[in-house]
Amino acid sequence: MRSEAGKGLSLVSPTLTYALLLLAAPLLMIVAFSFWTQNFLTIDRTFTLDNYREALTDPLYRELMLRSLKISGAVTFFTVLLAFPIAYFISFHVRPDRKSLWLFLITIPFWTSYLIRVFLWCVILAFDGPVNGTLMGLGIIDQPLGWILYNANAVIITLAHAFAPFAILPIFVSLEKIDRSLLEAARDLGESRAMTFLRVTLPLAMPGVLAAILIVFIPTVGDYVTPRLVGGSGGTMISNMIYAQIFDLNDRPMGATLAVCAMALVGTVAVGLIVVTRRWTGPRG
Amino acid sequence: MSQKPIITLESVEKYYGDYHALRGITADIGQGEFFSLLGPSGCGKTTLLRAIAGFEDISSGRIMLSGQDMEGVPPNNRPTNMVFQSYAIFPHLSVSENVGFGLRKSGMSRDEKRRAVGEALDMVGLGEFGGRAAHALSGGQRQRVALARALILKPKVLLLDEPLSALDKKMREVMQVELIKLQREVGITFILVTHDQEEALVMSDRIAVMFEGGIAQLDDPETLYRRPKSRRVAEFIGMMNFLPAQATEGPDGGASVEVAGLGRMDLLAVQCPSGVPIGKAEVGVRPESLTLLYEGQGAEAGRAATGSVTEVVYYGDMTYYDILLDGAPRPVRVSMRNMPGRRVLDIGEAVNLAWDPQAMVLFP
Amino acid sequence: MNGLRAYAVVYLVFLYAPIVLLPLFAFNDGTIIAFPLQGFTTRWFVDLFNTPALHEATLNSLIIAVSVAILSTILGLFAARAASRYSFPGKGGIIGFIMLPLVLPEVIVAISLLLVLMQLGLDTGTWSIIAGHTLICTPFAIAILQGSFANMDRSLEEASVDLGETPWSTFRLITLPLVMPGIVASLLICFTISLDEFIIAFFLSGNEPTLPVYLWGQLRFPARLPVVMALGTILVVLSVLLLVTAEMFRRRGLRRTGQKDTGGFL
Repeated sequence: MRSEAGKGLSLVSPTLTYALLLLAAPLLMIVAFSFWTQNFLTIDRTFTLDNYREALTDPLYRELMLRSLKISGAVTFFTVLLAFPIAYFISFHVRPDRKSLWLFLITIPFWTSYLIRVFLWCVILAFDGPVNGTLMGLGIIDQPLGWILYNANAVIITLAHAFAPFAILPIFVSLEKIDRSLLEAARDLGESRAMTFLRVTLPLAMPGVLAAILIVFIPTVGDYVTPRLVGGSGGTMISNMIYAQIFDLNDRPMGATLAVCAMALVGTVAVGLIVVTRRWTGPRG
Repeated sequence: MSQKPIITLESVEKYYGDYHALRGITADIGQGEFFSLLGPSGCGKTTLLRAIAGFEDISSGRIMLSGQDMEGVPPNNRPTNMVFQSYAIFPHLSVSENVGFGLRKSGMSRDEKRRAVGEALDMVGLGEFGGRAAHALSGGQRQRVALARALILKPKVLLLDEPLSALDKKMREVMQVELIKLQREVGITFILVTHDQEEALVMSDRIAVMFEGGIAQLDDPETLYRRPKSRRVAEFIGMMNFLPAQATEGPDGGASVEVAGLGRMDLLAVQCPSGVPIGKAEVGVRPESLTLLYEGQGAEAGRAATGSVTEVVYYGDMTYYDILLDGAPRPVRVSMRNMPGRRVLDIGEAVNLAWDPQAMVLFP
Repeated sequence: MNGLRAYAVVYLVFLYAPIVLLPLFAFNDGTIIAFPLQGFTTRWFVDLFNTPALHEATLNSLIIAVSVAILSTILGLFAARAASRYSFPGKGGIIGFIMLPLVLPEVIVAISLLLVLMQLGLDTGTWSIIAGHTLICTPFAIAILQGSFANMDRSLEEASVDLGETPWSTFRLITLPLVMPGIVASLLICFTISLDEFIIAFFLSGNEPTLPVYLWGQLRFPARLPVVMALGTILVVLSVLLLVTAEMFRRRGLRRTGQKDTGGFL
């Protein structure tokens, strides 16, 4: 009998090989590209740090990176904040046999085309769209709001909608794991409902909240479609610039460099978040 | 043993990395025997069972089934079948399909299979359950399906991995009796793994008590109970009191001991499983070997003791007393069957006891 | 807890709001996507059927989605079984790496594949999209299948071997039937993800656009917008149907084997 480790490794090898070929190798290729330069259509492979110098010093790129981080930060903040009450509701106030139904209802909208959903937000937030129409109809405003579309705000709203379930699910899982008798014990020892929530439920839900933060933050920094469709000029993000470099400006190395910088930035923030919140996710986390 | 043993274990060793899971296991198990592996969790009993079944490799030594070395023989080719702790009933098949599962390669016709399944189900008392969905059964019913499924293949040895631990107390007692009856009816060797010493005592012809990967003692239940070879075995099987004693060599290889609270006695060699220690020692005595004397009862000369009651635990058919004997450092537990004429004593009462030297065991 | 319940309802409205607009404007007899609505029509759907470019894009998408579903599920089976049944050195890192596409922005995946293809002088096209989609769908397959394997009592396979079956026939008779709901769910979900995926397809499609890429192309023509709405409606309905089917299979699988419902694919 082959050893367990041997069997396990050989079993996982097809998938691992695929991932190495199509994920690791291409990622390494991006890193390699970032050290090269391009003249029109030919790639010059001499090692150079010029791309990085440009990426880190040119104010345009820095502004874009910063804006991407800020937008992602805002999206993460709002999404997680709004997701927590829903996750709490389903975990604590829904009958156990109905829980999977609620989860299913929440996830259905997100299995539909992302592209279509973003475009629909374009429609909703438009000058002559339903939001303005309703608000004007109700008499709350008398001019259509100009600040809800084709800028960073629209990007934030759209992305918050798109990533809602990614935030809800990890928080829900964390809340489900909380032993209900802990909460009963806290009440038995004299705590009010609010204090029980603050002192027992919230800390125990922290691993889920952290997971939600990371699951929302990391992909949104690199989003392309939303800024492109609803961001206008004030809402473009780093991925739009990466695309432009590769397809419009014929500077693939620069695109690669920006991609590497973006990944490094996101990675650093993510690791920083994990380290800082280690206190709350505790020895378990 | 009159015939050749059906299983021979020769110096079986197993390592998991650095962890020594089985240490030099050597034993013979006879044809038709109800044999138990008994020990606390982690002692290696399940590992040994799985090694006999073929699910674990051994690092060295030999496992022989019917005289054949089982090295390199996979589980599906061994003349053993196993009843798993979780019963492992296939949830997507019916009861009949479960029981008949192993017959797929047997070459039997459909009718023959149906008959065999019917007989197997009757044997375990589930004759009407054939069409049921397997996942709709109670714990006791699942266990019987697992038994039928294994026995239908007529293995030489049936291996049972803690089969009763998932059942509640009443069910467990019922199944213990049923298993004994079943084994006698079928006549094959059963090897049972359990951590419950009462269960092992009730059901087994012989028991191997295991601690930390090794066999501490292999004997029939009565010998294990009355003549435990080590303090650890003595404590594991039933309840044992220990009293401090002073020992010297006695006649015929036995010992002469002075026991705190009881007095002087001579012990036979068989009562000194670890040899005769000179000087400080301990004597083990079972609760039922001390007898409380009521009015009008007396003890043999030199076989009496006095003390007072420190605790009373009433069990309905028995009462357990903690008695602090005069001259002993701590109380001993004494069990008395409740009968008319024997009142239940109160805490603090002075008592007289009688003791039997033949029931003592000497430990260093 | 009426406050929370009200919040939950409002939240659901927020979630479904954009989707509800689709059928609204798909049947709207007006060329501008704006209120007020102007009467019922099905001419946009008729338009869809008369567009050959759309048919091609649909065919492409279907070919890709089916291939991706099968490939991802197979790769997922290997990895999920390895992860749930065996321990081996570097397991955490290996599985973590394979699951990495879940948290990587798709743009990064798309760009990296594109650059590799460009360097190797290979053409982009359907097969490269299949490769890219499989990369991002496999983690989903693994997640679903790992749940299936975890729900299965390990001793079931041992019992089968003990009763005389080989490892291969054990897989066929015991493992496969019990894992089948997970396999079906994985196929359906990977199919859906691939069908709807835009970025990787956008970067790698070359001359053979997929449905979402075709959609994107139509977005810049205001006159085509109602047709886009119609197409969007069909896609949404299809996706929802697929998902409801996947969920039904999941629940049926649980019922047949008498297991408890732990709340969805997670």
